[in-house]
Amino acid sequence: MSWALALMQTALFVAGAPLLAGWIKRVKCRLQNRRAPPVTQPYRDLVRLFRKELLLPEESSWLFRAAPYVIFGAMVLAAAVVPLVALRLPTAEIADVIVLVGFFALARFFQALAGMDIGTAFGGMGASREMTIASLAEPALLMAVFTLAMSAGTTDLSVAIERILGSGLVIRPSFVFAFFGLLLVAIAETGRIPVDNPATHLELTMIHEAMVLEYSGRHLALIEWASQIKFMIYAVLITNIFLPWGIAMGFGAGALALGAAAVTVKLAALAALLAVSETLLAKMRLFSVPQFLGFAYLLCLLGMLSHVILEVGG
Amino acid sequence: MTGLRGLDLTQQLILLLAALVLFTSFVMLAQSRLVGLVRVFAWQGVLLAVTTGLVAHVSGHAHLYISALLTLFLKGLLIPWILHRLVIRLGLERKREADANRTLVQLGGASLVIFSYYVALPAVQLSTLFTRNTIAVSLAVVLLGLLLMIVRRKAVSQVVGFMSMENGLFFAAVVATYGMPMVVELGIAFDVLVAAILFGVVFLQIRASIDSLDVDRLNRLNESEP
Amino acid sequence: MIALYLTLALPFAGALLLGLIGHRRVADRVSMAVSGATFAASAAVAVRVLRAGPLLSGGRMFYIDAFNVYLLVLTAFVGLTTAIFSRPYMAHEVRAGRVNARRMRLYHSMYQGFLFTMLLALSTNNLGILWIAMEGATLSTVLLVSLYRTPESVEAAWKYFILCGVGLAQALFGTVLLYFAAARVLPRDEALLWTALHAAAPALDPAVVALAFVFLLIGYGTKVGLVPLHNWLPDAHSEGPTPVSAILLGLLLNVALYAVVRMKMLVDPALGTPLAGHLMMGFGMLSFLVAVLFLHRQRDIKRLYSYSSIEHMGLMTFAFGVGGPLATFGALLHMTVHSLTKSSIFITAGHASHIAGTQRIERIRGLIRTQPAIGWGLLLGTAAIAGFPPFGVFTSEFLILIATMKAWPWLTPLLLLGLGIAFAGLFRHLHPMVYGERPAGQGPVAANMLPVVVQLALVLWLGLAIPGFLAHWFDQATHLISGVALSGSGL
Repeated sequence: MSWALALMQTALFVAGAPLLAGWIKRVKCRLQNRRAPPVTQPYRDLVRLFRKELLLPEESSWLFRAAPYVIFGAMVLAAAVVPLVALRLPTAEIADVIVLVGFFALARFFQALAGMDIGTAFGGMGASREMTIASLAEPALLMAVFTLAMSAGTTDLSVAIERILGSGLVIRPSFVFAFFGLLLVAIAETGRIPVDNPATHLELTMIHEAMVLEYSGRHLALIEWASQIKFMIYAVLITNIFLPWGIAMGFGAGALALGAAAVTVKLAALAALLAVSETLLAKMRLFSVPQFLGFAYLLCLLGMLSHVILEVGG
Repeated sequence: MTGLRGLDLTQQLILLLAALVLFTSFVMLAQSRLVGLVRVFAWQGVLLAVTTGLVAHVSGHAHLYISALLTLFLKGLLIPWILHRLVIRLGLERKREADANRTLVQLGGASLVIFSYYVALPAVQLSTLFTRNTIAVSLAVVLLGLLLMIVRRKAVSQVVGFMSMENGLFFAAVVATYGMPMVVELGIAFDVLVAAILFGVVFLQIRASIDSLDVDRLNRLNESEP
Repeated sequence: MIALYLTLALPFAGALLLGLIGHRRVADRVSMAVSGATFAASAAVAVRVLRAGPLLSGGRMFYIDAFNVYLLVLTAFVGLTTAIFSRPYMAHEVRAGRVNARRMRLYHSMYQGFLFTMLLALSTNNLGILWIAMEGATLSTVLLVSLYRTPESVEAAWKYFILCGVGLAQALFGTVLLYFAAARVLPRDEALLWTALHAAAPALDPAVVALAFVFLLIGYGTKVGLVPLHNWLPDAHSEGPTPVSAILLGLLLNVALYAVVRMKMLVDPALGTPLAGHLMMGFGMLSFLVAVLFLHRQRDIKRLYSYSSIEHMGLMTFAFGVGGPLATFGALLHMTVHSLTKSSIFITAGHASHIAGTQRIERIRGLIRTQPAIGWGLLLGTAAIAGFPPFGVFTSEFLILIATMKAWPWLTPLLLLGLGIAFAGLFRHLHPMVYGERPAGQGPVAANMLPVVVQLALVLWLGLAIPGFLAHWFDQATHLISGVALSGSGL
């Protein structure tokens, strides 16, 4: 029963990811007074890509071909770890938040390898930029994770969320900092404005797009989908850790329905917020990205410090 | 977590505000534009005043309300206003400050926070007030102000650092002991006010004599002088 | 009691009055009159304390015991002699066009304001007020240091302001910590009163008190001019007007050291270990040695004597740190004779720089042929400060040396070596200034040498024999600070 639920939740996660991307795009278009595509547009794009012919660069090796599957697989597994609708699922128990970070790193590693495999200038450049950003973002991410783990006394996401729920409304300075820090990390890692703009192919600024420039057909579809899942993972992490109310503690139909409704509302709100910020902000120069991430790291570090200083003290 | 759950919501809010005061110190370190710096400093003053007000509310010490008002007026409004006017008058509002490696400075700041935590530990262990954990934060604000003074070359930034240290000291008095006796606090506030005005006067003198506010150029007096 | 209030009220009123009329020509005479009256009032306080013991004012706001009463008198006295000296000196500056009437008003007003803060710092019983007065002392003298508005003087003022401000911020943190420790054993409104703290000291938490003392020592130590926080001192003293240098050196440093010693008196019983003394010894010795080495490379006459001041303040800090009746007695005596000697040296150095038209040592030559009074003044003053017998500095340094030999024998060679180097450093600069070839066209200036004569005579007197009432005083103060009196020793 619980395994079936876990599988269903993962499926829901994977299936819902393009919807979230579509929703953001729609809100953004509305805000910018443009005609908005339907929220299902990402699905159509994916279907179209799956149908298209697959073209491989001449120089590519098996790595290039395997990478999309590895990336997608890693993201699906990562999605299985994150509690979306319900807690206490068996998938959440076999892997903790550090494994989650590991999945991200695995996917990124293969993406960078694939980018360099074909030997074009853009692929290498994209890989090097991606790695630069990742090397700065990951410490911040881990710091936020540690803050969370220290507050909750565990690295198991499901248990952590349960404990946070159990302690009622407590204002934790550390969480405020970790929240904003994680938000910045998420923006950098998922390639959103102001760090990267996935909608453009401007050679001077693109990071993520530069690596996947040579992909086509179902490979491209998998990579796009994987990055949508990644975005959703971050979104769910942020909402469910910092605002866990509504998530299903049991497996009853009512609780599950409530959990699904709650997470939908929360994600929609967060995405709308992100759309607003993306509308207001301009993309920053690549050289200021380290500062941006340094700030994220500082926030996460302050979160950790304020936990130690302000919250633990006897 | 046990430490926090024993407190009611207002007390938790005070701790959050304390953390935010610390945060503003870091923002000051990162802020390279003078006008922005002064604005962040004003925010720190306001946060400090609100925190003091809440502490007064929770602890029931009426004289802290006066301190809070005084802080709001002095640190939140008057001194930032004086500094802002000086910046405008000296034509520095567009100047950016090239300082040392900012990430390095921030990390240095973080290590200062850890240092203050260890230094303040004996005081924290002795105290029974719910604000005891913020003693380390207040010391950190003092040290971060000092750091700001060290890494910045513009006289205005150094004064902001100085005043920020003053904020940290006031904060320390509030959270460690619910404020000093009134006469002392009034005296300190008076000193701070006079210092702010004097800083303005000295700025104008520096400006008149070396035509710049870069303290790097104040280097006539040293031992290697021929 | 009234005398004490008068001692404080007179300079305060003087500051206000001179703020109004300071630009008039009578201002310097008014300033002298106010200083004289202050001195008289402080002497009355001293007589009262000498006869009837410690004086605690109503509301316990002020507390005068044997330790601070003699500093009170000394401060008022040096304030008076410097006011006398400043009359011809500042008149010369006005004629030379270096200051205008408006700045003279500032000068006179702030001079009295500074004296007020010093006397307040000495007489208050409240550690918070002590801090406020010390900060007030900085604030009132910043604009005096930059009085000439030259780039150098403005720079000196800036350094002085920033460094002392930062230092005092540490002292305030220490005060807060002390208050924090005290508020646990005393009622809140008493927890900053020195008398109450002193009585309750053994009950204070040692860890917090030790931490507080470190901050307080750094804070007030900045104002004492302890290395490595001494950078402001030579600058501020060399660039400001000479009377300001004289009172900064002769008074401010003393009062800052007074604050440190008062704190030590609280900390020692609370800790039960000699931590405070050791810290003071370390900083004192470091300052002493560093300043001694810096003496040699000075090219500015006022900077030269500023480093000499750092040297002596270091020695006093060291001696107070050594503790024990002998060292404490020596330090107290040294505080007195150093103040008197140094302020008279600065007076003569100020006149000497007027004669030569510059403060650069290599251009000050042949003083004794140009104006024998100045030449002799500088020579005797320097001989006194270098520790020549029979001047009082010799006596106090001798006492400190003896005490060190008893308690820390292996530090004695360092002290002796330092004193020797300082002696050489001072005299290699002094000799050509006093005896060198007299430059053409160098003429005497108007000078009032009365303060110098009086002060050096006092120093000489203290070197030959310490009068009974003064020895009694010092003995009481020694008893207060070190817990043991020195009475009956062969002085």
